[in-house]
Amino acid sequence: MIDTLFSQMPALVVVLPLLAAPLCVLWHRSTPSWLTYLVVTWACLGLAVLLFVQVKVGGPISYAMGGWPPPFGIELRLDALNTLVLLLVTGIAAITSIYARASVAAEIPRERGYLFYAGLLLCLCGLIGITITGDAFNLFVFLEISSLSSYGLIAMGEKRRALLSAFQYLIMGTIGGTFLLIGIGFLYMMTGTLNMADIASRLPAVADTRTVEAGLAFIVVGLSLKLALFPLHVWLPNAYAYAPSSVSVFIAATATKVAVYALIRFLFTVFGAAYAFGTLPLGEVLILLSVAAMLSASLAAIFQTDVKRLLAWSSIAQIGYIVLGFALASASGLAASLVHIVNHGIIKGALFMTAGALFLRLRAISLNDIAGMGRQMPWTSAAFVVAGFSLIGVPATGGFISKWLLLEAVIEDGQYWLAAAILISSLLALIYIGRVLEALYFREAAAHQSPVAEAPWSMRAATWALVILNIALGLYATPLVDAAQRAARSLLGAGT
Amino acid sequence: MSMDALTESFFGLFNYWIVIVLMMIGFYTVISHDNLVKKLIGLNLFQTSVFIFYISMGKIAGSTAPILTSGDAVYANPLPHVLILTAIVVGVSTMALGLALVVRIHEAYGSIEEDDVLAADYERRDEEDETERQRSARAQPPGDARDDTKPSEADNGGQTG
Repeated sequence: MIDTLFSQMPALVVVLPLLAAPLCVLWHRSTPSWLTYLVVTWACLGLAVLLFVQVKVGGPISYAMGGWPPPFGIELRLDALNTLVLLLVTGIAAITSIYARASVAAEIPRERGYLFYAGLLLCLCGLIGITITGDAFNLFVFLEISSLSSYGLIAMGEKRRALLSAFQYLIMGTIGGTFLLIGIGFLYMMTGTLNMADIASRLPAVADTRTVEAGLAFIVVGLSLKLALFPLHVWLPNAYAYAPSSVSVFIAATATKVAVYALIRFLFTVFGAAYAFGTLPLGEVLILLSVAAMLSASLAAIFQTDVKRLLAWSSIAQIGYIVLGFALASASGLAASLVHIVNHGIIKGALFMTAGALFLRLRAISLNDIAGMGRQMPWTSAAFVVAGFSLIGVPATGGFISKWLLLEAVIEDGQYWLAAAILISSLLALIYIGRVLEALYFREAAAHQSPVAEAPWSMRAATWALVILNIALGLYATPLVDAAQRAARSLLGAGT
Repeated sequence: MSMDALTESFFGLFNYWIVIVLMMIGFYTVISHDNLVKKLIGLNLFQTSVFIFYISMGKIAGSTAPILTSGDAVYANPLPHVLILTAIVVGVSTMALGLALVVRIHEAYGSIEEDDVLAADYERRDEEDETERQRSARAQPPGDARDDTKPSEADNGGQTG
């Protein structure tokens, strides 16, 4: 009994949230839906931990969906790379479940709370699906599940501007998804299969054709839209700024990271690093775009007055670091990229959680509104300080580890100007985080403002859980770095 | 160019040419039009072209549907056709969600022209800044200041729908 359960874990981790979503709609009430969300996300986290350990001990797991053996059926494939991403996604979802209760009660009309949790569950299902599937078309379907639910969730924001932001995201996201579909179509035309490992084994024979090159181009552009790589990032700031706080937390910490994972998967497993970066000059293009993202988005973040929008711009800059890492196409660069995916997910989750807590009490989130909150909401503000330092890359935080690894990878590659760009971008991060800290601690609260209470304990607990996890990963980074290096080695080994 | 080559590259691949033309029309509509519904129509056209692309891919000249018959028969590849059934479902859901958002945008702004909607938000922002400035200038006790924010609750009109 237990053995059969264990062997079905890869399917369970996708199916649980998928089945729980309609259950939430049937409950038709906010509280049972929240409980469902809580139970399902923690169960998924438990499964993710078990799968992570299982893969670490026993090597990659291949699960044939419905008993149809790959390459004919859909394969779920877990290896060192995607179990790490799976841990991040389910972990953030589980911590958001604690955070969401108070935040949703304040921001979403009570009678629609259940739809909110159903949407979050569908989004989670899509993200988990993208992460663990071994089938290219299946990846597209899960990408659309997560995207469609996130458009709906963003539109639930309080301001009417959220509607237009969701609409713009829908247009851009659908174009991105359709580009991915075209690219997968080209690959299918040339290889006659959709299983990623199978495509990878058949591709070298036909790699020198215009069709495969066009397929690669469509897939890279489509996924770059989804992961908001400069200059395809225009949908992101508004979508993050106007979404309900819990949605900002969840999507900022997971959705773009999973899209990055999908791109890494296509480039390294399906096409192979030698083809994507050796035969075609993709590395140079991605490096230039990511440097542009790091510098321009950090600069744009400095001039924002809305804290959530500031964090959103910073996300675009951080995506630059992540893309820069794997664009180097070296084992150390790829490992740095993976470590930063996890660290940035945790950091941005914590930062958006503090922004949500401030919004809950103040009902506004511009720099003027949060002035003087360092004294009135000490816990929330302190969490922002620590997570902000981590974003800049202060030692003893997770952000320091990933920036250090990235610098090492860049210097190993002999590209010193990239190291300079990383340092300049970090200094810019110091300025924009500094602006928020200045408002929090060194400015008086507006005279007309009545004193506010600290955020509810559940929100504080969730925020601090991420902050402490982040410091723990800064002080004891070995397990994470090991896991990332193992994943990087297996990717490059499979690719060549 | 000889007639044969023309037949080969143009008429032989005419469904792919149609895919490209439809895709570009759809894409151009999404980019150029200001009206949100027209944008969605363009998006739908763009997606439809990809459906045709997949369907063409599976078709073999002179082939029949993959149903077991006696004797030799050439079958079309059913897999791309099945894939596109899924993609059509995705397209329909996207369209439905997009139209639902347009309805909500119309309720909230009274317009479905993107420029008008953006302009309405900029005006509103100026208005909000103005009330904010007046409020800080007067530095009233909190109880009175809150009254000023009442009119802006109309902002959430679309939320109740």
